[in-house]
Amino acid sequence: MSELKYLKGVTTLKLNEDKCTGCGMCEIVCPHAVFEITNGQAEITDRDACMECGACALNCEFGAIEVESGVGCAEAVIVGAVRGTDPTCDCCGEPEKPCC
Amino acid sequence: MDKEYITGSVATKAGEVPVVSTVLSRADKWGDLKAICAIRRMDYTVDPGLYAVGNPNEDSPVFASANYKLSFDALRREIDGIDAWTIVLDTNGINVWCAAGKGTFGTQEVVNRIERTNLKDVVSHRKIIVPQLGATGVAAHEVRKSSGFSVVFGPVRASDIPPYLKAGMVATREMRRVRFPLRDRARLIPGEILQGLKYLLPVMGLFVILAGLHRGGYSSQLTLRVGSRSAINLILVYLAGLALAPALLPWLPGRSFSFKGMVSGAIMFLVSLLAGLAGQSPFEIVAWALMFTSISSFCVMNLTGASTYTSLSGVKKEMSVAVPLQIAAAAVGLTLWIIARFV
Ligand code: SF4
Ligand code: SF4
Repeated sequence: MSELKYLKGVTTLKLNEDKCTGCGMCEIVCPHAVFEITNGQAEITDRDACMECGACALNCEFGAIEVESGVGCAEAVIVGAVRGTDPTCDCCGEPEKPCC
Repeated sequence: MDKEYITGSVATKAGEVPVVSTVLSRADKWGDLKAICAIRRMDYTVDPGLYAVGNPNEDSPVFASANYKLSFDALRREIDGIDAWTIVLDTNGINVWCAAGKGTFGTQEVVNRIERTNLKDVVSHRKIIVPQLGATGVAAHEVRKSSGFSVVFGPVRASDIPPYLKAGMVATREMRRVRFPLRDRARLIPGEILQGLKYLLPVMGLFVILAGLHRGGYSSQLTLRVGSRSAINLILVYLAGLALAPALLPWLPGRSFSFKGMVSGAIMFLVSLLAGLAGQSPFEIVAWALMFTSISSFCVMNLTGASTYTSLSGVKKEMSVAVPLQIAAAAVGLTLWIIARFV
C-alpha cells in the first residue's frame, strides 16, 4: 500500500539547531518519524509527515522545537468557528486513535 | 457497575491493590464492541488508580493507561502473562491520544496519580512506562522533576509491549510509527454510519416529501417513485463518504480529504446513473452529480479528525478551498433538483 501522506508544505514545525543537544527525545515521541538524529543533532527528515501533534516540542527539554499544535480535525474547526473559539473537539472514542 | 474484571487483590506497602484479569470476558467484549459502534461511548470508564496484573512485586514494570475502558482493556489483554502494575489516569473516559491532545492525559495528572497511589511505596524502581501517544500531553522531563519518576515512552500499540519488554524496553522504529491501515479505517465505519443517521434520516424525509411536487400540484405517486429513488441516492452518497472513502483512502487520488471525498462521491454517482437512479431529466442528473460530489466531499473532510496523520494547518488549508465549493455545489444541486420537479 502506498503510504498515506497529507498536504505538503503546511506544517508550522520549526527546529532550532543551536539549542539542540541531540538527546533523541523528539525522535522517540514522534508518531510519524519526522526526526532523525545524526552526529548528535536532530534533523527534520520528513517534514511533510508532521501532523502538528506537539509531542516533540513538549518533550524537548531544551526548547529547540516549536510547533503550533492542534487537532487536525475539520469538525473541530467548524465547531470552533461556530463558537468563536479555537478548534475544539468534543467527540473522541476509538482506542489509540485521534479523535474528533 | 459491574467490576467483574477485578479478580482479587494483592497486599503492598501502600495497601491493597486490586488485581485485574488479563482475559476479556464476554461482557468486556460486548461492551467494547458497543463502544466502537458509538453506543454509550461516554461513561465507558475504569476508576482511576493502581491495579495489579498477574503477580507483580516491587521490581515489576508500571504501565500508564487512560481510564477509557477500551484503552485499559487493550493494555490488560496484551500484557497477559506479564507481572506488572498499571496506573490508570483520570482522562474523563477518553482514550490516550485524544486525552493527551486535550492535556487530561498530561504531566500534571501523571504526577498527581503517582502521588495519590503512593507508587513510591509500591515499587522500588522509579520508572513508569507511558504509551508513546501520551507524549502529546506528558512532558517526560517535567514528570521527572516533580515526581522523581522517569517516564519511558513505550510503543504506540499495546500489542507491541511483549516484544518491547523482551528487547529490554527498546521500541523498534516501526513500533513508534502510527499508520492508518485498513483494519483501523474499517473500525471507524460503523460508528460514523450510526452517528450520521441523525442527519441522513431527516434529509431523506425532506427529499421524499419534496419529490411529490410537480407543475400540477402534488402527487403521491411521485412521492413514491421519485422519493424512493432519491432516498436510495442519498444512502449511496452517505456510503460514498463514510464507507467507500475510508476503505479506499490510500487509493483515492489527491492528498486532501475533501478531494478524495469528491472522487468517492463521483464513483457512487456513476453507480447511481448506471442503475437509472439519477432520473431522466438533465437538470436532475446534473443536480445529483453536484450533490453526490459535494456531500461526499464534506463527509470525508470530516473524517480528518478520525484519521491519524492530518495536521491542523493542513485541515485549515483544505477547508478554505473546499468548504465554499461544497456549499455552492450542494446549493446549486438542490436548486436544480427542485427545478427538475417542475420542468
Ligand atoms: S528533543 Fe530537542 S534537544 Fe533532544 S534531539 Fe530533539 S531537538 Fe534536540
Ligand atoms: S508535532 Fe508531532 S508529528 Fe510533528 S514532528 Fe512533532 S511529534 Fe512529529
